[in-house]
Amino acid sequence: MADLAKLGRRGFLTRVGGSIGTLMLAGCDDRLSENPDVVRILDGAEAVSRFVQKAVTSKTALAREYTEAEISRDFRANGTTEPSDPDYQSLARNGFADWRLVVGGLVVRPGSFSLAELKEMPSRMQITRHDCVEGWSCIGKWKGVRLGALLDRVGPHPEARYIMFFCADVMDLSGTKYYESIDLDGAYHAQTILAYEMNDLALPIAHGAPLRLRDERQLGYKMAKYIMSIELVADFTQIGNGSGGYWEDQGYEWWAGI
Amino acid sequence: MANPRVIYRHPLWVRSAHWVNVICMTVLLMSGLQIFNAHPALYWGDVSDFDNPLVAISGFPGWATLPGSQWLAMGRRWHFFFAWGFVANGIFYTLIAIARGHLRRDLAPSLKDMRQIGYSIRQHLRLRFPKGVEAMHYNVLQKFAYLTVICVLCPLIIFAGLAMSPQLDATYSSLLWIFGGRQSARTVHFICAFSLLAFVIVHLLMVLVSGVWNNFRSMITGWYDIGEHHG
Repeated sequence: MADLAKLGRRGFLTRVGGSIGTLMLAGCDDRLSENPDVVRILDGAEAVSRFVQKAVTSKTALAREYTEAEISRDFRANGTTEPSDPDYQSLARNGFADWRLVVGGLVVRPGSFSLAELKEMPSRMQITRHDCVEGWSCIGKWKGVRLGALLDRVGPHPEARYIMFFCADVMDLSGTKYYESIDLDGAYHAQTILAYEMNDLALPIAHGAPLRLRDERQLGYKMAKYIMSIELVADFTQIGNGSGGYWEDQGYEWWAGI
Repeated sequence: MANPRVIYRHPLWVRSAHWVNVICMTVLLMSGLQIFNAHPALYWGDVSDFDNPLVAISGFPGWATLPGSQWLAMGRRWHFFFAWGFVANGIFYTLIAIARGHLRRDLAPSLKDMRQIGYSIRQHLRLRFPKGVEAMHYNVLQKFAYLTVICVLCPLIIFAGLAMSPQLDATYSSLLWIFGGRQSARTVHFICAFSLLAFVIVHLLMVLVSGVWNNFRSMITGWYDIGEHHG
């Protein structure tokens, strides 16, 4: 009797040990990570992180701002550093004099703005920390038009929920150009700007000239560079593969608050 | 009782919290190494001074990471899902441990324990482990090891992880202050992870040398053979 019970227990334990071993092996050869059901379950954590972070943080709290002395001498450029698109290159050759930011979608007064026009709009200067999803951080000084002020200018429709950014940098061989999205909370935050200056100079091409997004409470990939147009949308399921951004469609979280 | 040498050592809630933790910490460590491999260097302070890292390596091998190939997006998915599991499990454990007096009764070292530290160290070095009545409780070194993990390493690794969140940093700027900057927090997170790994290695060695089958059974079924009759 006792032997039988012991055998049963041993059998059970062997199976538990075996399962853990299988799990680890499966993890190693990526089978679990490629299983759509597993991915769907793991994705649940993003909604939890987003909900909890929104619930416990203030909508208006400012990201920490640093001093001039703390600015990184070697600010690594994230993502594309030299867009190959010929149209972009001809704009760049001309110092972006012919570039215009097109703003449309769910807005009352769609329009387009030259760099000079954007520079006349309410601006903000900030020295902030840039956190890349890879793990590194750099501090830079940014000046740009407040996205909230630009949105007020075009007048969002009540059903507009997200701001889509369409960019000039080609990301793959099929010619997909970078796109990103943030929500209205992010867009109207005081530190959310479309930067045209970095460290007191015109925004360099490596950092997204002529215009890039700064959303200081999210990771670097949210901060679209080489912005060509902005569109206000109710949802982004019809754009790209429907996850709201180029990297999101490659499996990164839309919510990049952590 | 058929066999008075066998005592009920670990209640069900301790056992389930233990095994949930085994799964969470395994996934967290392996996916954490995957995330680390995206930029395998550590820094101190707010930013990454790329020319002066504290440590820079070429990355951990694929057998140690989840997923096994370089795949940051999926590593983050694994990490954050099991981070929530780890936190939920930790809250579950802590609340019951306090409510049932497990912390006070079984884990807080007594005065008698404190006087026995030297003796306990000598016994451990000789690989002699308590039997009989003595084996009915955690020994003093066990208590210190468990308390360090529960009260220091686990909270520290969670807060260091949270300090890496730019969203949380905006509202809770003290997170940055506590660790001395986001890159310091990342380094502390890494050190805590390897301290926990060191704990697990020692823990497994102790399980091995003090009776692997008896220990394993007690963490599955709760029943532990103290090696001598008692009562």
